[in-house]
Amino acid sequence: MDGTQQAGGPDVLGDGQPGDAGTTLGFPRIDCRNVNVYYGETRAIHDVSMTFPDRAVTALIGPSGCGKSTFLRCLNRMNDTIDSCRVEGEILMDGDNINDRDVDPVLLRSRVGMVFQKPNPFPKSIFDNIAYGPRIHGFANGREDLDNIVEKSLRRAGLWDEVKDRLSAPGTSLSGGQQQRLCIARAIAVSPEVILMDEPCSALDPVATARIEELIDELRKRYCIVIVTHSMQQAARVSQRTAFFHLGNLVEMGDTDQIFTNPREKRTEDYITGRYG
Amino acid sequence: MSDHIVSAYSDELERITADIVRMGGIVAEMIEDSCRAVSTNDIEMAKAVVARDGGVDTIEAEIERQIVSVVARRQPMAHDLRLILSALKVAGELERIGDLSKNIGKRAQKLDDAVSPEMRNGIMRMAKPVKRQLNNVLDSYASGSADIAKDVWASDDEIDQHYNSLFREMLTYFMEDPRTIGVGAHMLFMAKNLERIGDHCTNIAEFVYFQATGDYLSTMERPKLQQL
Repeated sequence: MDGTQQAGGPDVLGDGQPGDAGTTLGFPRIDCRNVNVYYGETRAIHDVSMTFPDRAVTALIGPSGCGKSTFLRCLNRMNDTIDSCRVEGEILMDGDNINDRDVDPVLLRSRVGMVFQKPNPFPKSIFDNIAYGPRIHGFANGREDLDNIVEKSLRRAGLWDEVKDRLSAPGTSLSGGQQQRLCIARAIAVSPEVILMDEPCSALDPVATARIEELIDELRKRYCIVIVTHSMQQAARVSQRTAFFHLGNLVEMGDTDQIFTNPREKRTEDYITGRYG
Repeated sequence: MSDHIVSAYSDELERITADIVRMGGIVAEMIEDSCRAVSTNDIEMAKAVVARDGGVDTIEAEIERQIVSVVARRQPMAHDLRLILSALKVAGELERIGDLSKNIGKRAQKLDDAVSPEMRNGIMRMAKPVKRQLNNVLDSYASGSADIAKDVWASDDEIDQHYNSLFREMLTYFMEDPRTIGVGAHMLFMAKNLERIGDHCTNIAEFVYFQATGDYLSTMERPKLQQL
């Protein structure tokens, strides 16, 4: 379970590159060491150590209640908002523990953006949905700069052409798939390094899902992306690394190709092939 | 391995495996019968082998149809994915073995009295290790045994040696009596067909090994007979 291992198969071409289609992963953007999460007395995450490489998509899969969402929420301290929740262990981002007292969770969340299962645009205009973050963080110098950030974010989220003529319309007037891309644009607008996605497509139809997946593939060139998904096919399609969680334990982590063609652990095999565990 | 939560999925995979084993049984009989037809000069048996090939093609098409359906509806993963891929390839190899046996059956009908019993028996002798290889590889397929598959894969050399010795034997007959060259050419092609069947058996062994382990035998070095 070496999280820093490079993606790709054996060097079949003899050119010093892995045999896979050009998935050379970036350096570990987040390094988790012996992370334990408790809800009151109940331990929800058991001693998980793993890294998330930059410029790559890491998928967290596992049955309901296995702790994958809980673990994802540790990465931008969303669990702080739950009183009974306690996180132990180290989560290092660029060498600093994000759980240190002097880390401002609001600033942290601008570096580690998040997209949820249900699209949750602010009850504001499309423009303001994107502009809100840069405004409160003071990232924009004047109106023109803000316009640029909004356009760039919407373009990167693949939404610009669909909304450029109605930026003042409410965000909630968009379709579900567009709203989800709006939320992704909103996350991008504050120049994050990491984007967390908690089942970003489970409320969308197949066409909107394909758009988001295309977008994820585009975004991974710039960001470290961590996605929780119940769809194994989606994990197989969008990720380069896959981690399988079960009962709060990280059972197996590896290159996505390997996990889905030849998992090492029987529990992984049973889960992804739909067998009784 | 435990059953799928969706039991129909397990049933579908089991049916594909069973059909491949059945197909393997038929082509094994075709090898046996075609070579026996050569050694006993039994034209009726030779014709019967030729007639069976259509049935093998039909089973292959049916297996392919099942595989397409499983891939489309179930999106197999991990061991299931390897099972499906290997089934597709193994069915293709067995179909080729059926073709080659049919070819032996066709040529068996062209032989005449110029072929001595010694020449005919040479084919039967060579058929023995070929049938053993096929039976073993079918056993490995049915049981999912990577070890048996690897043994089959490593023992193809014996067939090649048989082929080489038969080739030399034929040449001596040709030199003794040039009238044997016409039928002798048929005999050589039959020997070559048997040698090719041996190669298809090692291909099947590679797929069985991949299915069982997820690793590739073809990246390892195959031992030569001298080293065994």
